[in-house]
Amino acid sequence: MSIMENFDLYAPRLVDKEEYFSAGHRACQGCGEALAIRLMCKALGKDTVIINATGCMEVVSAMYPTTAWKLPWIHVAFPNAASVGSGVEAGLKVLRRKGRIADRDIKTVSIGGDGGTVDIGLQALSGAMERGHDLLYVCFDNEAYMNTGIQRSGATPFGASTTTEPAGLDSSGKKAWKKNVPEIIVAHNVPYVATACHSYPLDFMNKVKKARKIKGPSYIHCLSVCPTGWRLSPELSIKAGRLAVETGVFPLYEVVDGKYKITVEMPEKLRPVEDYIKIQGRFRHLSADEIKIIQEKVVQEYNKLLDKVNNLHSWPDLKG
Amino acid sequence: MTKRTGMEIAFAAAEAAALCRIDVIAAYPITPNTHIPEHLSDIVADGRLDAEFICVESEHSALSACCGASATGARVFTATSSQGLLFMGEVMPIVSAMRLPVVMALGNRALSGPINIWNDHSDIMSQRDMGWISIFASNGQEVVDMVIQSFKIAEHRDVMLPLNINLDGFQLTHVVEPMLFPDQEEVDRFLPEYKPYATLHPDHAVSMGTLGLPEIFTEVMKAKDEALINSKRVILEVWKEWEEQFGRKYEPIDAYRAEGAKVLLLTMGSMDETAEAAIDELHKNKISVGLLKLKLWRPFPVEELRRAVKDAKVLAVMDRAVSFGGASGPVGAEVRSALYDEPDRPLILNEIIGLGGRDMTVGDFVQIAEKAVRAEREKPREGYEIYGVRGS
Amino acid sequence: MAEKKWPETWQEVTPGCMVFIPGNTREYHTGSWRAQRPVYDFSKCIKCGICYIFCPEGCISENSEGYFVADLDYCKGCGICAHECWPGAITMVEEG
Repeated sequence: MSIMENFDLYAPRLVDKEEYFSAGHRACQGCGEALAIRLMCKALGKDTVIINATGCMEVVSAMYPTTAWKLPWIHVAFPNAASVGSGVEAGLKVLRRKGRIADRDIKTVSIGGDGGTVDIGLQALSGAMERGHDLLYVCFDNEAYMNTGIQRSGATPFGASTTTEPAGLDSSGKKAWKKNVPEIIVAHNVPYVATACHSYPLDFMNKVKKARKIKGPSYIHCLSVCPTGWRLSPELSIKAGRLAVETGVFPLYEVVDGKYKITVEMPEKLRPVEDYIKIQGRFRHLSADEIKIIQEKVVQEYNKLLDKVNNLHSWPDLKG
Repeated sequence: MTKRTGMEIAFAAAEAAALCRIDVIAAYPITPNTHIPEHLSDIVADGRLDAEFICVESEHSALSACCGASATGARVFTATSSQGLLFMGEVMPIVSAMRLPVVMALGNRALSGPINIWNDHSDIMSQRDMGWISIFASNGQEVVDMVIQSFKIAEHRDVMLPLNINLDGFQLTHVVEPMLFPDQEEVDRFLPEYKPYATLHPDHAVSMGTLGLPEIFTEVMKAKDEALINSKRVILEVWKEWEEQFGRKYEPIDAYRAEGAKVLLLTMGSMDETAEAAIDELHKNKISVGLLKLKLWRPFPVEELRRAVKDAKVLAVMDRAVSFGGASGPVGAEVRSALYDEPDRPLILNEIIGLGGRDMTVGDFVQIAEKAVRAEREKPREGYEIYGVRGS
Repeated sequence: MAEKKWPETWQEVTPGCMVFIPGNTREYHTGSWRAQRPVYDFSKCIKCGICYIFCPEGCISENSEGYFVADLDYCKGCGICAHECWPGAITMVEEG
């Protein structure tokens, strides 16, 4: 039985029962990303427009002539979720100002996978964050270009085997460490940045609600377990997400105006990363030494985060 | 009714767009079209136009933002040239597939390699098959008129397609001309408020940009093709309305002194007017050569072309782009294709001129016309010639 | 919107392949994908709703007695609900 100290047992009953992301979509069995999208939509509510980059979610959810979406939704291309989102935000703003649509708050939310955010979509994301649009960007990170068949992305973790950087006789999977996009977004002075995971549904939904209220840019990076690409049994999707957090591989935190805070109660001592690695086939080639390297790096990164949590002030407090 | 004002044509394009009460502009600077977004941002900054000007970080984002804004029901406008157009390239076929009436002013500039900021048509020719309506302006007045007409054409419920207005970089964009600008009230009468077919709004959730399986893709392509072909009807209607309200006539092919001419030249863009001067000179010397000024590039006016050349023996088609390794230049290929099955089709010459800003003088056009006159006798069999290239 | 038969003619395809019926993926019953199915022992069910919150399909809902049950038209048999169920009220059983 897994430990769920931070989970209020009966809270699911209080969540909005409306399913804005209908069943019948073509996601894999046990898809963490589909679950995350479903939860995000519940937190956003009806007055939302979704802009979706090309990727797993776009392909499985909106195959003409059907759509799983009960919210207004647009998909244009791969790198431009944030720029199409900028256009939607500007369009809604000016139409509201000119009285051509009702004066009602409608949130613009751009979503993309790690491919469409961390790599090919980074320029558009950076531009949108810099310009300060009232736009929430949610990255659903399944740590590779999953839709095209598990190719490596900038968000793929060190040592993971993907089809373009596979483990082989001469190679041990990805050689570079995971790109830290939340930090990049904090550097854009975005008022709300958070990491989340579907395995902590209430934490995720609360973060989405908080971000929705921001009148300006906001960013959430949601780790989404992919049983197909991570090579684990689909029933372990939630457990894998939980282990990612408990081992410190993917800590859940939020940055509100520069003030860092860890949002779920972490275990006294981080669980060994091996617990997380050993359930996933994409890491099965790793030697004990390589796992040790990963362990050291995870602890280091976690300490870097704690350093920020303990020492950095909120930006308004630093005004001259 | 209207006032004649002298200004740089790029500025005029911006003024015309502002008269159309556009809602969102998303544009990125690139020579030679930069003055268009710059002047628009001046107009917005002075409060003369209530619009959102998104200073996007690339052309790809410019066209993407235009898609997003258009999908909400806003009237959108953008401008670019050359490499910027190529960078938008990924989104170009998507805008037309999604039936979003984005209007774009293209300051035609040569494609890079080597980098060259001056005027030719290689940029628009690379986007032939993107499903956009494409019109060409010969002078500043046409630019002003076409910008205003474009929104009416693009937004028409029987069209719903994006449209690009081609104005030659530097040759038009940076030239100061006197132009007649309609006043706001006249434009409001001609161009009503945009009534979109579908918009992104929670009250009526729609999914745009869905995936098209092989079972349906062919049908979607057919529908897109038909939409573009049928848009010609609306273009002609809008041009007729324009003539009725403003007195200036527009046709897909504007013939100049072509009545009874056995030899014809075909040009597009600002070179139309240089060629006109050459035609006048030839007529002075009793050489009867006519000029066809092609204004509508897509949808290609097949019937109008066939009618215009039916009495001609020779047609010299000017191209301003090379289709490397191809049998003809891009316009030459289109014309040959349209006329191939005509029983008495003229002999077709294809001259590639004015690449990368290389000047074409009246004398050059006279020389081409004289070659065309000789062609009936000499019957040249070259596919095309790059006119004036040094070296044998 | 009238029912159109699939695949459509070019005249019937909506402009831009827009889909005007929100959530009509429900026409497609992903339940046919399953290799295993959730089976319930309601004596153990505490009606917490955790299975409901963790289902990627969103196909679990309360029945008239308040127990959470998967809609087998859509259940893909991933087994998350059985794995996450605290009291062990759900078991995955192979489809016959």
